[in-house]
Amino acid sequence: MGFLLYVALPLAVLTGLAWTVRRIVARTSQGRFGAAFRAMPMTAAFGLTVVSIYVIGALCAPVLAPYGESQVFDEFNLFPGENPAFVLGTDQLGRDQLTRLLYGGRNTIGIAFITTMLAFLLGATLGFLAATLGGWLDQALSRAIDVLMAIPQLIFALLLITILGQSTLNMILVIAVLDSTRVFRLARAVGGTIIVMDYIEAARLRGEGLGYLIFREILPNAAAPLLAEFGLRFCFVFLLIAALSFLGIGIQPPLADWGTMVRELSIYIAYAEYGDWQAASLPLLPASAIALLTVAVNFVVDWMLDRHSGLKS
Amino acid sequence: MSRLIVMIAQRLALGVFTMFIVSIVIFAAIEALPGDFAQAILGQGATPEAVAAIRDSLGMDRTAVERYFAWLGGAVTGDFGVSFSQLSFQSQYGQTGERDVVTVADQLRPRFANTIFLAATAAVVAVPLSLGLGILAALYRGSVLDRIANIGSLTSISSPEFFVAYLLILFLSAANPIFPSISKIHADLDFWQQVYRTVLPALTLTLVVTAHMMRMTRVAIINLLSSQYIEMARLKGVPRWRIIVHHALPNALAPIINVVALNLAYLVTGVVVVEVVFVYPGVGQLFVDAVKLRDMPTVQACCLIFAAAYILLNLTADVVSVLTNPRLRHPR
Repeated sequence: MGFLLYVALPLAVLTGLAWTVRRIVARTSQGRFGAAFRAMPMTAAFGLTVVSIYVIGALCAPVLAPYGESQVFDEFNLFPGENPAFVLGTDQLGRDQLTRLLYGGRNTIGIAFITTMLAFLLGATLGFLAATLGGWLDQALSRAIDVLMAIPQLIFALLLITILGQSTLNMILVIAVLDSTRVFRLARAVGGTIIVMDYIEAARLRGEGLGYLIFREILPNAAAPLLAEFGLRFCFVFLLIAALSFLGIGIQPPLADWGTMVRELSIYIAYAEYGDWQAASLPLLPASAIALLTVAVNFVVDWMLDRHSGLKS
Repeated sequence: MSRLIVMIAQRLALGVFTMFIVSIVIFAAIEALPGDFAQAILGQGATPEAVAAIRDSLGMDRTAVERYFAWLGGAVTGDFGVSFSQLSFQSQYGQTGERDVVTVADQLRPRFANTIFLAATAAVVAVPLSLGLGILAALYRGSVLDRIANIGSLTSISSPEFFVAYLLILFLSAANPIFPSISKIHADLDFWQQVYRTVLPALTLTLVVTAHMMRMTRVAIINLLSSQYIEMARLKGVPRWRIIVHHALPNALAPIINVVALNLAYLVTGVVVVEVVFVYPGVGQLFVDAVKLRDMPTVQACCLIFAAAYILLNLTADVVSVLTNPRLRHPR
């Protein structure tokens, strides 16, 4: 039952922390900001707290980590708890697992964030253009995107990365381009429903230009769904990067990352048979770190969607 | 009616066309691979003659367009060529030893059946389960049931497949040896043994896909229930069940079918990671191995198969939603 303790205790601590944070922010801040926090459901508070912890952890990894990212020690393959200097043990090369875990978070989250930003820049621009201009540009872009989307993302990513060569930069570019297709679809669809509105018609009749239409009329009205989509896309990109790294084709060593760590640590799972739960749950540490962040982002996105959609009754 | 047939024919033609374009993309992508396979297989001691001979026997001396149509013609008839990693090139070394050539199709056939078996097992459980849960969550929106289902499905969606997979392995295989953690499937096993060994990978896929499908169903139904004609019916005092059966359900069919098709398409990808975790002998595993070996004919064939399954499912969703929604038959 030690395992339940590992799961329940951190979750309880995080929930308590989230509750406290919500109370404090709601008390100290006034106006709309404070009101939003006061009305915030527990799930969203939990999500925000966890995301903040991850962001702080990612930014401060060099300070928090006890050793350097690829610092190698003489004692390799140490089990967790075997040596107090290495809380989570060391890997097959003698690198501290805790350090790898912290740096892994920094690398995985940072790379996923950059990739999502690139995807949005590309996808949203093209999507709004297609929705506004229509005609052959819309057709050409949509058909090109159709072709890109006709091949499942992971499959296409595998194919492209093999061709371009396995490097972290190539993976970022490939995923950004592939993921921008989804952003394009959303931006075009949202733009399409906005473009038929009367106020767009009015703006057109006023003689406003393309830039005005996109940035002053469409973008503000599409901001809420796009922002929510950003959270969701980040999760997808994050999971895709983790999956690719898990398959051995994503983030390349010596960079630490969670996907690769899961694969490398997965052999420890067999120790559950001998009752060594500490060792057996080692691969689940990076895996659950991935899961927790995606859950947290999803909670926040859910809350944002709920606040901005008219569905709230 | 004839208009409907024309419309469906258009969609089908579009599907075939997409497939054609995708095949070009896949072929062109592999063409762009840097390096020369012949050079790579012969290593440092390669003489120009030997390289030329191997290139010749692989048909690499022809133009790309010629090779594309030769490849496409073969692929349509189920002949994906010979896997590069299986070629022995004995004739190049002056030997004429009889060796069974393993074609890509030979490798794919049993694996394809295995993958379909895995996906089907997962789908059979996941589809009814998630539709039921999704509709319930939408109908009782905001209730405790909805919240629990919401949190549960969010957690499940957010977990990468390998997290779910290793959790299952930890509890159902390592700690309590109930199911095997490695799914060795071969033709000699009877049906129930196959099912038994497929339980863990199928369960992983089911958990992940159910969450997706449930949430999408819920959103589709909620969108529907917030539309004006439902509100009108409610204001008129139409009983709740009648609103659902007569007003909501006919219109919900299209989005629900879409959701199912999309998620089955998602299964196609999810299969790759899950197969690698459980060493399940399916197409996904073959694909990842082929990518690492740069075995081009196999990579091409696997890509084509995954893309074809994906396109087919999306096409089905498209056609069925046209059939169930009269409004879509009249493009603006």
